[in-house]
Amino acid sequence: MTGKLMTADEAAGRLRSGMTVGIGGWGSRRKPMALVRALLRSQVTDLTVVSYGGPDVGMLAAAGRIRRLVAPFATLDSIPLEPHFRAARERGALAFTEYDEAMFLWGLRAAANRLPFLPVRAGLGSDVLRVNPGLRTVASPYGDGEELVAVPALRLDAALVHVNRADRHGNGQYLGPDPYFDDLFCAAADAAYLSCEQLVETADLAEAGPPQSLLVGRHTVTGVVEAPGGAHFTSCAPDHGRDEAFQKLYAATPWPEFAARFLAGRSEDDYRGAVRAWHGERQQ
Amino acid sequence: MNAGAAAGPGGAVSRAEYCVVACAEEWRGAGEVLASPMGLIPSLGARLARLTFSPDLLLTDGEALLVGPDGEVEGWLPYRRHLDLVAGGRRHVMMGASQIDRYGNQNISCIGDWERPDRQLLGVRGAPANTVNHPVGYWVPRHSRRVFVERVDMVCGVGHDRAAAGGAGRFHRLGRVVSDLGVFDFATPDRSMRLASLHPGVGVEEVREATGFALAVPEEVPYTREPTAGELRLLREVLDPAGLREREVRG
Repeated sequence: MTGKLMTADEAAGRLRSGMTVGIGGWGSRRKPMALVRALLRSQVTDLTVVSYGGPDVGMLAAAGRIRRLVAPFATLDSIPLEPHFRAARERGALAFTEYDEAMFLWGLRAAANRLPFLPVRAGLGSDVLRVNPGLRTVASPYGDGEELVAVPALRLDAALVHVNRADRHGNGQYLGPDPYFDDLFCAAADAAYLSCEQLVETADLAEAGPPQSLLVGRHTVTGVVEAPGGAHFTSCAPDHGRDEAFQKLYAATPWPEFAARFLAGRSEDDYRGAVRAWHGERQQ
Repeated sequence: MNAGAAAGPGGAVSRAEYCVVACAEEWRGAGEVLASPMGLIPSLGARLARLTFSPDLLLTDGEALLVGPDGEVEGWLPYRRHLDLVAGGRRHVMMGASQIDRYGNQNISCIGDWERPDRQLLGVRGAPANTVNHPVGYWVPRHSRRVFVERVDMVCGVGHDRAAAGGAGRFHRLGRVVSDLGVFDFATPDRSMRLASLHPGVGVEEVREATGFALAVPEEVPYTREPTAGELRLLREVLDPAGLREREVRG
């Protein structure tokens, strides 16, 4: 139960090229960006990334770390189209398994439940089945005989998620309005790395929110990383909103220039310093 | 002939206001289901319907809460419950469409070849699930041949031909397509798109020219209905006093 505390770089150090990595949050909301930035500082590449995509997908795609993306979308929410995901697709830089949002959810549920697949209606009649020719359908074994899509389990080698509070044992608490699917990402993974805005004593978790806010259970978590502002520039309600100005900069700046200025440092602290400096310049 | 005369205080009814009312009509008789509008004009339409002829509708705040038209919280709807609600069928959405064809197949994923698209757009998002689980209407703010196409590049939302061919049809129900030019339905023998009404000031030829496939046009095409005085007041004074609707649709 002990020994789960680690730095973002140590968590990234547990990942290997070629792995299937699930990333929690949704769009540009509560993304484990400190862990993604650590991944960008590592040499890990050739990843299969499984995500309700936001700038996590955009950055990893721009940096050429994604071999295959499994996703129903990639968006920055207030900026509808993720520019780097878009560019990567348009230059044919990554393989894409495009799923409907519900197919994706049931793939995670199947993995978390150790099932080979779960049936959904989503996808029938659409071109999702055309562009993912590996997908199979299954006939209901009951009287109706209905044909459904058999979504294969989205089993993950590793999951990266970010929550508001966590203890050193890996109990994670969300305090915003939406759990997204972070508990499922952790349960679907062989190893899950949980970053948090604030590391607290276990006894303090119950003080911070109701029992149902205790989203992630320690039995599903391998490593715990304290990362205040670790979702930046995505939102992490109620601790902080999205850094819209910085997100605009991210979307409008050529990747090499953005990466050189904000991601070339040796640590998350360097990143935060560069962001502070940029905000400082803007206010002058 | 409907000249778009003023139906209430504040001058003539604008094109945007006809569009809001036409979108609101999508939820008439929908019952106690979640109205999910994508975009400003459908959002105004959903709230107008909720405040007038469809008082049982559920609305969201765009995040994880179910709210009344004045913002009063009445429920919790995070994404996972939202997806369950889609599968359960208690939802009626108006989506956007980057492309739509005569049978109502819709695309929001990409333009060009999927393997290497000319333009990557949003991705299929929830369109495949929506269209096989509950009623779906569409809103197109700029009616053109680029949107109303012979064939969509990627079928995200399922149209009538696709629903009929596979096992997707059990809960498939397309509502109407509302554009800045008119309202369209699928009330034809082969369930292909038909001009149901013209917004006042628009002619049949203008619609034909802006549509990339042969559209069914009845002999008599009615005009989109006028907003009532009460609807106009709600729209102008309560729902959109800043007039944002006029920026999405001009004229």
